[in-house]
Amino acid sequence: MSIWEFANPRRFVHLTDTLLPWTTAGTVLLMGVGLVWGFFFTPDDYAQGSTVKIIFLHVPSAMLAINIWFMMLVTSLVWLVRRHHVSALAAKAAAPIGVTMTLIALFTGAIWGEPMWGTYWAWDPRLTSFMILFVFYLGYIALWAAIEDPDTAADLTSILCIVGSVFAFLSRYAVMFWNQGLHQGASLSLDKADHVANVFYIPLVISIAGFILFFITLVLLRTRSEIHARRISALLARERQG
Amino acid sequence: MIALMKRDLQLALRSGGGFGLSLAFFLIVVMFVPFGVGPESAVLARIAPGILWIGALLSCLLSLDRIFQLDYEDGSLDLLATAPLPLEGIVAMKAVAHWLTTGLPLTVAAPVLGFLLNLPVEGYLWVFLSLAAGTPALSFLGTFGAAITVGLKRGGLLLSLLVLPLYIPTLIFGAQSVTRVVEGQSNSTAFAILAAISLFTFALIPFAAARALRVNIR
Repeated sequence: MSIWEFANPRRFVHLTDTLLPWTTAGTVLLMGVGLVWGFFFTPDDYAQGSTVKIIFLHVPSAMLAINIWFMMLVTSLVWLVRRHHVSALAAKAAAPIGVTMTLIALFTGAIWGEPMWGTYWAWDPRLTSFMILFVFYLGYIALWAAIEDPDTAADLTSILCIVGSVFAFLSRYAVMFWNQGLHQGASLSLDKADHVANVFYIPLVISIAGFILFFITLVLLRTRSEIHARRISALLARERQG
Repeated sequence: MIALMKRDLQLALRSGGGFGLSLAFFLIVVMFVPFGVGPESAVLARIAPGILWIGALLSCLLSLDRIFQLDYEDGSLDLLATAPLPLEGIVAMKAVAHWLTTGLPLTVAAPVLGFLLNLPVEGYLWVFLSLAAGTPALSFLGTFGAAITVGLKRGGLLLSLLVLPLYIPTLIFGAQSVTRVVEGQSNSTAFAILAAISLFTFALIPFAAARALRVNIR
């Protein structure tokens, strides 16, 4: 039993059928608990007042925005090396979620930034990196949409994703070189002691777990519908041939 | 390889487009900036390095879709792909030819246009040097974008959307290596990284572009 067995679309669809109810329930539970706890049952911050509560949307979406790109990079590599269609379709399915998460992170950041920094937008390295990530996502999605043949599209978007990753990474260091930051350090870290206070930490972790499950649910769902769509077009093509 | 480059250069020169077109575009972009931001020479001097870099970058973009499109349409790309020369070498030669017809003229013209924007005296040498070091990276990355979009009917707009994000690091370090000098700081870090990006693209982009071409002509 290896993970590659699920590269078979039929097995994958079967897997999603068993997994989806669980991930959906988990999403509702964790996101619900995390967000409700975060919004209503945490104290106001001594300096930021109630605006601190946007962290429960901002941090998970920002984390996902970056990690979804990584996931697309991995699935693209798997497609190029092992030619499993499910892998390519998962990358395709993840991209629009990634771009939405990037937008949520940018918007919640702007809403928080106005009362706290006195500006919706500043050309801070982190903010700029997210803007850059956003255009990389746009290019990737546009390329998927532009090519008709699915295998060609999967190949070309995978190559773009790999080259894009290198340059997105470079851009991150370029903007750090280019301007000084306004954004605070990481809210969470595994190896350092300085992160947000525990009253915010626990609901934040729950909310992040909820967002991750939400992403998994959506990717499984979207990949499955891509597989179904592929199958339908294959059936139609067979029908036309006679 | 040399023969292929000669052919590409001749095609670019004799079709009367490439060479002059991007230079004229560069001139117009630079000319438009004072119209947009006003003619105060202090303001222009401050933004001149950035404008010259952005202008050169956009002019470079203009001729990218011609790199493979014509060869793809008349079938010579298929012949090139089956030639004994590896496709990576062909891609590299295409990029070099593109640089010779676009990047090099832009680099030479930029200091002259810097004069129009009231570029401070210290900046001229570095505008020239930074563009000389950075525009090859633009050509190589552009060749990659052209290789990806070659099979598409309306690839032009998509090409810009794909290639422009890849240009961000080159633009930042290129413009920084001029502005830092103008502001009296050391630009060695920016210039070294700019050169590193160029060398990196020479070494690796031909492989990615050749891979994309193989997908498109299979």
